[in-house]
Amino acid sequence: MPSSLPPFLIFFIGALVVPLLSRVPRVRMLWLVLIPIVGALNAMGIQEGYELQYELLGYTLTLVRADRLAIMFGHLFHLGAFIAIVYSLHLKKGDHATVQHTSAVVYAGSALGAVFAGDFITLFVSWELLAVSSVFLIWTRRSPRAVSAGMRYLLVHIVSGVTLLAGAMVHAHNTGSLDFGPMGLEGLAGWLVLLGFGVKAAFPLLHSWLIDAYPEGTPTGTVFLSAFTTKVAVYALARGYAGTDALIYVGAVMACFPIFYAVIENDLRRTLGYSMINQIGFMVCGIGVGSHLAINGAVSHAFNDVLFKGLLFMSMGAVMHMTGKTKASDLGGLYKTMPLTATLCIIGALSISAVPLFNAFVSKSMIMSALLEEHFNWIWPVMLFASAGVVEHAGIKIPFFAFFAHDSGIRTREPPWNMLAAMGVGAVACVAIGVWPELLYGILPHAVDYEPYTATHILTQLQLLAFAIGAVAAFHHWKIYPAEIPSVNLDADWVYRRAAARVVRLTGGAVGAADAAFRSTVIGTVRGVLRGAFRAHGPRGILARTWPAGSMVLWVSIILAAFLLLEFL
Amino acid sequence: MAGAGEGTGRVTAQLPILQVVVPLLAAPICAVLRHGRAAAWLAVLASWSVLAIALALLGQVMAGGVVSYHIGDWVPPIGIEYRVDIVNAWVLVIVASIGAVVTPYSVASVEHEIASRRIPLFYAAYLLCLSGLLGITITGDMFNVFVFLEISSLSAYALISLGRPRRALTAAYRYLIMGSVGATFIVIGIGLLYVMTGSLNMADLAGLLPGVWDSRTVKVAYGFLGVGICLKLALFPLHLWLPNAYAFAPSPVTAFMASTATKVAVYMLLRFFLSIFGAAFSFDVMALDRVLLPLALVAVVSMSLVAIFQVDVKRLLAYSSVAQIGYMILGLSFASITGLTATLLHLFNHALMKGALFMALGCVVYRIGSVHIDAMAGLGKRMPWTMAAFVVGGLSLVGVPLTVGFISKWYLILGALEKGGPWIAVAVLVLVTSVMALVYVWRVVEAAYLREFSGDEPTGEAPLSLLAPTWVLVAANLYFGIDAVRTAGVARQAAEVLMAGIGS
Repeated sequence: MPSSLPPFLIFFIGALVVPLLSRVPRVRMLWLVLIPIVGALNAMGIQEGYELQYELLGYTLTLVRADRLAIMFGHLFHLGAFIAIVYSLHLKKGDHATVQHTSAVVYAGSALGAVFAGDFITLFVSWELLAVSSVFLIWTRRSPRAVSAGMRYLLVHIVSGVTLLAGAMVHAHNTGSLDFGPMGLEGLAGWLVLLGFGVKAAFPLLHSWLIDAYPEGTPTGTVFLSAFTTKVAVYALARGYAGTDALIYVGAVMACFPIFYAVIENDLRRTLGYSMINQIGFMVCGIGVGSHLAINGAVSHAFNDVLFKGLLFMSMGAVMHMTGKTKASDLGGLYKTMPLTATLCIIGALSISAVPLFNAFVSKSMIMSALLEEHFNWIWPVMLFASAGVVEHAGIKIPFFAFFAHDSGIRTREPPWNMLAAMGVGAVACVAIGVWPELLYGILPHAVDYEPYTATHILTQLQLLAFAIGAVAAFHHWKIYPAEIPSVNLDADWVYRRAAARVVRLTGGAVGAADAAFRSTVIGTVRGVLRGAFRAHGPRGILARTWPAGSMVLWVSIILAAFLLLEFL
Repeated sequence: MAGAGEGTGRVTAQLPILQVVVPLLAAPICAVLRHGRAAAWLAVLASWSVLAIALALLGQVMAGGVVSYHIGDWVPPIGIEYRVDIVNAWVLVIVASIGAVVTPYSVASVEHEIASRRIPLFYAAYLLCLSGLLGITITGDMFNVFVFLEISSLSAYALISLGRPRRALTAAYRYLIMGSVGATFIVIGIGLLYVMTGSLNMADLAGLLPGVWDSRTVKVAYGFLGVGICLKLALFPLHLWLPNAYAFAPSPVTAFMASTATKVAVYMLLRFFLSIFGAAFSFDVMALDRVLLPLALVAVVSMSLVAIFQVDVKRLLAYSSVAQIGYMILGLSFASITGLTATLLHLFNHALMKGALFMALGCVVYRIGSVHIDAMAGLGKRMPWTMAAFVVGGLSLVGVPLTVGFISKWYLILGALEKGGPWIAVAVLVLVTSVMALVYVWRVVEAAYLREFSGDEPTGEAPLSLLAPTWVLVAANLYFGIDAVRTAGVARQAAEVLMAGIGS
């Protein structure tokens, strides 16, 4: 339907107006909330098959390509943007509200631009815009840590974009077309593009930007960050690399390794960062399987992840907003003064744990079923283990340490109404999809012939949950034992972390040592090269010095002599 | 008067000569005007009419092919001919547009940086330099090229020496030595060609030279011309005069020279080696591509690295210019139409981005007197418009999409991919050096936006008369980055003309 505007345009226009409203906060609030609503209404009007094309450099660029996959992510991002915007409405001048709001809206618009992009150039532009706009959500926290983490974040994502562009150019050269469709791993182009996507999707070894940057964002900024960047990457993988076997194993590794780190991590927002990689692992694995059921599972899990991970990040953001703390060891007992937040956080935790009647259950079970259906019998138990890990580090640890555990003595209040409202919307969505999965199944890219609530599924999941919770309880009981000594009681969390760390050390010590050796070699080499480069190119280096006229003329004669000599040889 | 014997009263027929004569005549008038402002506005008027003429000429060429103008109605090859085809019409537009933007910019900037009694002389030298550059570009006569080269160079030395730091004098002196060596080499080359063919007319020479291709004299002439021109265009390692000259010259002079002088030298290289000697001779016999490729690659990589470590931002951009010239020569060394299109596009695009960047720095100099990277701390807040202009120019330098830099890089990489095989490595190198450009641009951005200003004296934004021309170029960076159909089309046509007689 041509009467619809390109979805990103509404956000970009909206962002232009935001700075003008900085003196009228109430109008700004209204405007900000209107942007995703108008955007969503506009997106409703976009019919399947709609394309908007533009000519550049002799190539046809497809600014908007609406197929089922794009439209589904379009709906998701409008919903995600709406929740995150409501969550950030309370920002004031002191929080650099104008910068945060403007960049957040541009960021959401870029994410929409990316998922509707039909060609590599549009995708690349959106890809880089995502990076450039989102970094402000980290920088505005203003702490030196945040500034440098933001810097590293930006660098990684720019490089990811450049890799993508390089792959796109090779692809364009080979095929003569810039269209972004299924790629596969044939040739240089496939690998380069996958590498570009992989960085954004936080593939293992490429993931450290996420753990580094997300916890440094502003309380509201991290909610935006968690909704868009990695989900755009998941979308891109689903479009380009569905059915690429390698992704199954990449996904399995992603789902497993963060669990160990998440368990020992003290900063709860960082724990959520690890949990995010773990969840993306499930999606990547599903994309790798590539059957209709698996793809449906992967993208619906992306949809749900935005909701429940957003809800968890929002609840931690609310805690941070009210107390200024996010460390498990500093928090505890907040349920007394923040009962609503605690309840909402628990709903998020139940969702991420894939408890039946919550949303992750209806999407994750699709991926698991697809694994069995396609006979990946070795991967299935690995993912099952990963699911149990989720219950432990996200389902129990987050709400437990923030709101229960030992009483930290902090007495605070519930967060501002808008934060509660945003969390409420998220929680309602989590439960609604869990109870009525048809809501989600209706917009998936492939026709759904899947019933999540069969006896087998529910039983498996309940067994898993019971087992996981039982294990945690046992561990906890065993480790809380020294709690009878008051001094240790205060540090229960520390003991817990040390014991878990020992387990990790047993399993991962050797890997860690090899990793450290490898890293120090690489860093040493890089340093050596840099030193050499500086010696030649630094301000006093041979190449940057001011040369006397005599030696300049000498160069001229050398070149001339060389030239003539070449001709006469 | 007009060569083809058309109606003498028609101004359009006289455009080629007016292109040069207007600034050439305005220059002495500026010198005798005692009043700085009056000289300034005369220069502005002259530079705008020069742009109008250049655009009209481009229109004529696009519509009706080559325009030939016979000076004094002497028929070439005896008389001097001005000959405008799509290639030099394109370069004329580049030079004239930069002139038309920099001249109004210089009004306030010069008053701030140069003693008032010297201002009329500044404009005289400036207009002479402009007419010299236009003359080199428009003429179809070899010796005429040398004459205009001297006009532009001598006035350039004078302009650079007007810079405020005392080191401007030594920088100008060094440039004088190197420029003279270059010009001498060029005139030696021209002389040798004259000896062999008895002609100085370019079109005539192009016809005569194939007969004497085998003679060593012609090859020696080729060598002298090559080195002389590469010296003028600051190809690594003949670039040593450039960083200081750019760093110490007055701001508008740097902006003007960086976006025009080296471009005209690149044009000379293309004109001499591709149309006069012929692309076939250059690439097949003299292996020009293989000589230039390593130099271009070293220039791009090593000069970008040097730029990363610079602390004086003007000098940083000067080294970056040497690297960017490397890109232009790299395009030429592909010896293909796409490569040459990239070169010609980058002539225009680099003029836009470096012009914008140096003009933004001029605004900084106007307010805080220094472009040391530490002095620019926290400038993003104090001079938001200036620094925003710098950021856009910087993004363009890096080659971010939606800016002209992207278009240049795109064609350059396309050219490399087209050749395939080991040239893929060149494409990768172009991407890697883009990241290096990001690093040096970022250092400035970091200082301006992420570091806090330590001093307490308030600094205002630069005056509108500086900002407006700067933003005109910034807007051009964006406009031609989004709508590249026209520029890429002209550049491709020009590349086809230059590569005529050789397969793509």
